[in-house]
Amino acid sequence: MKEAAPQSAEQSAERRVTTYREACREGIRQALIGDERTFLMGEDVGLYGGCYAVSKGLLDEFGPARIRDTPLSENAFVGAGIGAAMAGMRPIVEIMTCNFSLLALDQIVNNAATLAHMSGGQFAVPLVIRMATGAGRQLAAQHSHSFEGWYAHIPGLKILAPGTIEDARHMLKPALADPNPVLIFEHIMLYNAEGDLDPNLQGVDITSAKIRRPGRDVSLLTYGNSLPKAMEAAELLSSEGIEAEVVDLRVLRPLDEETIIASVSRTRRCLIVDEGWKSGSLSAEISARLTERAFFELDAPIMRLCAREVPIPYAAHMEEAALPQTPAIVELARSLASPQ
Amino acid sequence: MSSKTHLDRQHALRVLQDMLLIRRFEAKCVELYQAQKIRGFLHLYDGEEAVAVGVMQALGARDAVVATYREHGQAIARGVPLGPLMAEMYGKREGCCRGRGGSMHIFDRAKRFFGGNAIVGGGLPLAIGIALADKELGRGAVTACFFGEGAVGEGAFHESMNLAELWGLPVLFVCENNLYAMGVPLEQGEAETDIYRKASAYRMPAEMVDGMSPVAVESATLRAVESIRAGNGPYFLECRTYRFRAHSMFDAQLYRTREEVELWKARDPLVLMRSWLEENHMLSAQEYAAMESEVEREIDEAVAFAEAGSWEAVEDLERFTLMDEVPE
Repeated sequence: MKEAAPQSAEQSAERRVTTYREACREGIRQALIGDERTFLMGEDVGLYGGCYAVSKGLLDEFGPARIRDTPLSENAFVGAGIGAAMAGMRPIVEIMTCNFSLLALDQIVNNAATLAHMSGGQFAVPLVIRMATGAGRQLAAQHSHSFEGWYAHIPGLKILAPGTIEDARHMLKPALADPNPVLIFEHIMLYNAEGDLDPNLQGVDITSAKIRRPGRDVSLLTYGNSLPKAMEAAELLSSEGIEAEVVDLRVLRPLDEETIIASVSRTRRCLIVDEGWKSGSLSAEISARLTERAFFELDAPIMRLCAREVPIPYAAHMEEAALPQTPAIVELARSLASPQ
Repeated sequence: MSSKTHLDRQHALRVLQDMLLIRRFEAKCVELYQAQKIRGFLHLYDGEEAVAVGVMQALGARDAVVATYREHGQAIARGVPLGPLMAEMYGKREGCCRGRGGSMHIFDRAKRFFGGNAIVGGGLPLAIGIALADKELGRGAVTACFFGEGAVGEGAFHESMNLAELWGLPVLFVCENNLYAMGVPLEQGEAETDIYRKASAYRMPAEMVDGMSPVAVESATLRAVESIRAGNGPYFLECRTYRFRAHSMFDAQLYRTREEVELWKARDPLVLMRSWLEENHMLSAQEYAAMESEVEREIDEAVAFAEAGSWEAVEDLERFTLMDEVPE
């Protein structure tokens, strides 16, 4: 079974204006059309249409063998995805939210990430695991955490965080083509985001960070749902005469150090914005690498804006206060760019 | 002697020889461990040979095997080449996993041997996925998944049993019940000590088998595999067996008595099989001696292969952490 040729723009069923959710769905559709070895498996992906309605309609189009509803057995169905990948399939496993992925942590960390290495390269695990991440819908702690930084700790995994509609649409294809387990973290607050999708764009890479807005005064390093907040902050800062450069990390493991270091070397100031906690985190890792490799490029200490160190609370005002928000990004970036 | 009898004799002798090879291989491992050629955890299969050898007789090349950290027996019975197996124990580059796995993580792609897994219950979900892929790709293969009775306490066991039956997957569950989950006696770890009865909760056919008899294990496996290949979904075998040696090399065996061990040693599958063959005039003392020297020769060759092996270059330490392509 060979992968089908990519559809031309004319053949594409996509509208120009789309949502992040529809972009995710179209990515899955095209993957299923393009490779018979690919199937989607997870809780409520079929009849229910996906917890966040990403796979709505796909059961009717592809049938129950390729849109496979599972019982609530994260450990077993993630492990089954690993086994199926080792035995020749190209599965997409959906875990409803990253909070539930902890029930499959053994399979992800002890099997998916290790089997290629432990077998001396005899086996690969070409598996994609998609999961929703992040806070903002008053779902309380057990549905609101951001664990992508945690997973980015593990050698043997690749970690993606689409923060734009084009990444939501196009990251899946290279992730499935990758011979390694790739975890894709889709932010729950982005599913409804609307935007233009360039019909001529045939794909994206899963190796590099992207500068979403160039600027000379301060680098805002971020990803996921903090990306639109950083973009909004950059707009506000611009009206004050501060030009912030917004770097969308996109790929959390392996980190694109070159793009990060190049940006910070230009702006000489850096604010990392991450919805994960600060302690032992991805933001700490980026800060450490900048210190190791670009210390003498810096004109100011690296700053971080992260989630507050609490289980994300239910009440709206507390949830909002727990997360990085635009005004705080503006304030910190301003303090960096205009030292008094 | 009819051709059938002749075949049966040949078959029985091969079973005996496979069991003998495993027993002597493990003895050599102990020797090499004491000589510090092999390090890390080492879990030996003495006493349980009839299970791996019996099951493998009923499997073909297209079938898959998932095993545990006590998997030398499965690997040998499956035909994983002895040299690369021993070299892996040494941690050599010529080892089947280039020294990255060791005793607990033997893999052999050519033999569809999907590893020893050192997380108790960790292999069961993998077996589900392998069987799912085989079914979807129309390979007509059975995945034999070995695990101990200790794994039955893990959620992964129950989740996997449910998925296998729910999706009608070609999985042969082989529970090697050696009565101790490390040091926990069966009756202290399981509310239901007849493990095979748990399968009925998943509407899965199941049998309790004398795991000290390779013939009983083979015939039960043939029944199971026939049922699975007929499209009836998974099948469960509980093989009652006993581990003659300590759990690993660091075990004072405070949890069981010397008398109990001796009682089970009286049911040694090797001794019983050999006596049966001798009593039925299918094996002479001379033939057994020849079998022993053949086995010793194979093991000596494996040790020589491992000794002659090289160390992986430290520059290649990170190799295979991320793969450049999917091996075909």
